[in-house]
Amino acid sequence: MTLGLFMQNLANGISLGSLYALIAIGYTMVYGILRLINFAHGDIFMMATYFSFFGIMLFNIPWYISFTLAIILTGILGVAVETAAYRPLRDAPKISLLISSIGVSFLLENLSVLLFSGKPKAFPTPNVLTRMVTISGITIQVLSFIIPVVTFILLSLLLYLINNTKVGMAMRAVSKDHETARLMSVDVNKIISLTFGLGSMLAAIGGIMWGLKFPQINPIMGVIPGLKCFIAAVIGGIGNVKGAVIGGFILGVGEIMLVALLPGLTGYRDAFAFIMLIVILLLKPTGIMGEKITEKV
Amino acid sequence: MKNKNRILTIISLVVLAVILYYTNKGVDSYKLRILNLCAIYTILGVSMNLINGFTGQFSLGHAGFMAVGAYTTSLLIMPADIKVENFFLKPIISPLANIHLPFLPALIAGGLLAAGAAFLIGYPVLRLKGDYLAIATLGFSEIIRIIFTNTQSITNGSLGLKSIPNYTNLWWSFGLAAFTIIIIVSLIRSSYGRAFKAIREDEIAAESMGINLFKHKMWSFVIGAFFAGVGGGLLASLIGAIDPLMFRFFLTYNILLIIVLGGLGSITGTVIASFIVTIATEGLRFLDESINIGEYTIQGIPGLRMVVFSVLLMIVIIFFRNGLMGKKEFSWASLRNPFSKASKMGGK
Repeated sequence: MTLGLFMQNLANGISLGSLYALIAIGYTMVYGILRLINFAHGDIFMMATYFSFFGIMLFNIPWYISFTLAIILTGILGVAVETAAYRPLRDAPKISLLISSIGVSFLLENLSVLLFSGKPKAFPTPNVLTRMVTISGITIQVLSFIIPVVTFILLSLLLYLINNTKVGMAMRAVSKDHETARLMSVDVNKIISLTFGLGSMLAAIGGIMWGLKFPQINPIMGVIPGLKCFIAAVIGGIGNVKGAVIGGFILGVGEIMLVALLPGLTGYRDAFAFIMLIVILLLKPTGIMGEKITEKV
Repeated sequence: MKNKNRILTIISLVVLAVILYYTNKGVDSYKLRILNLCAIYTILGVSMNLINGFTGQFSLGHAGFMAVGAYTTSLLIMPADIKVENFFLKPIISPLANIHLPFLPALIAGGLLAAGAAFLIGYPVLRLKGDYLAIATLGFSEIIRIIFTNTQSITNGSLGLKSIPNYTNLWWSFGLAAFTIIIIVSLIRSSYGRAFKAIREDEIAAESMGINLFKHKMWSFVIGAFFAGVGGGLLASLIGAIDPLMFRFFLTYNILLIIVLGGLGSITGTVIASFIVTIATEGLRFLDESINIGEYTIQGIPGLRMVVFSVLLMIVIIFFRNGLMGKKEFSWASLRNPFSKASKMGGK
């Protein structure tokens, strides 16, 4: 492989990794606060692409407004899902919550088949974003630069929110202990809703950029990216935002490089993430950045 | 008392056989297919309930084990000429091309291979707990599916297998369902079963009572996978065509819903729920088609059926968390004396 080709693949890997990272943050935030694998997260990501698709195609709104609206709508959807499907189960065993999230995922997929039809649709791609540029022999989409930049801006904003604001402090408190946080007059339900809203909005941004990069959308497009991003979150150490980003990059770059270096294994590309997951769970179950949790009897 | 119960059980099995005999003759093929599906889902549900409901290990790998069973059974029961027809892109590897077995050995082989896969998977994975176990088993079932999509000369890749001989009938499906229930109920009542339940209630307590956690989890996992493989084989022979896309996570989800609806940890509940869910999925089909009422035609909306179905299931999950039966079981004692202590305890 020439250096040029390597750089090209690396750039692709980084932009795919940034997308994974954005979606993985949502998983990790929800897991951190509710100890729940939100199976519906991938479908929320899918809904975001449909919202922006209909904004542009049906209502003829300019793309930037449509994207903004889609992000807000997806945030509202995330909060609605939490209120309807997870809040009633707050005191239930964890397994009920997990089953409920699988149920929401199933419902969202079927609902979007009903509303948007099962046929794949072509995602509108504004020329400004998908233009190709050539830098010292490497041809690359502008989008591939925009994606990592957006991811890093959002990550720093999120880290600032979590570490330096009062709301962030409340979020950290709730993730440690619901009861104690409530005693410190933190509105636990509000904080959980906020977490879902934020996670869903990040997923929406990821989803829109996903749509721009792979411009074909369908109702089950969220399933595989959803699973992979959850794996990214586990690799990085679930519950840790920085870990999710690291996991996303490992997965994205690893996947692209696997295909580039060993073209014979192209068909096994989707299996790479799962194999990574099993390896990491066996070697360091808490992930790269995760804290060790000791079980008290 | 015990003797009486045994006689009652045998009588009810005979009654079931008589009913099956007449249904087999007098019912059209569409309804026969639904009944077969009910019995197959019973096998799948009961086997998943053993792992998830009784041993408390939240595994989402059932579709993968079914895929192993379905492919093994299909490849073994397909005659050589049909295999040649199927594998037009790349010929099938040599020993497989000529092996041809009757249905029962093929089903058993499918079950054994699924159990073998479960053993290999369980070795690393069963050390994990809760959500991690769920996602790792789900990952493994996806890996199985991806491997099957890529091994063109063994599984025919994404083209799948077509014209699989239709051996599955009511006798096979209901017979094997009854067999599965008998085996799993006896297992649960044995000392193994009590160990499974102890692990479900509290792993640390169970371990300190001298139960070997890994060994028992592995047994439950492997036996569950065996019956999943058998169920997969029956399903393949009923439908007549399989491809890797059939064994997506969606299939595991269907079975999970059956055991949740019936009650995690209740065999009776699983049996009832698999009939309800299978018949309801078919019964709600009218929502997708247009209905004529007098002069008016209500236009059906394609896809509405699955939405209604998922909303109903969400309601069950949120408001009836214990499912239909909770952890209760049907027993003759509870039928004879519905207010006795035994029936409240679940007829131990």
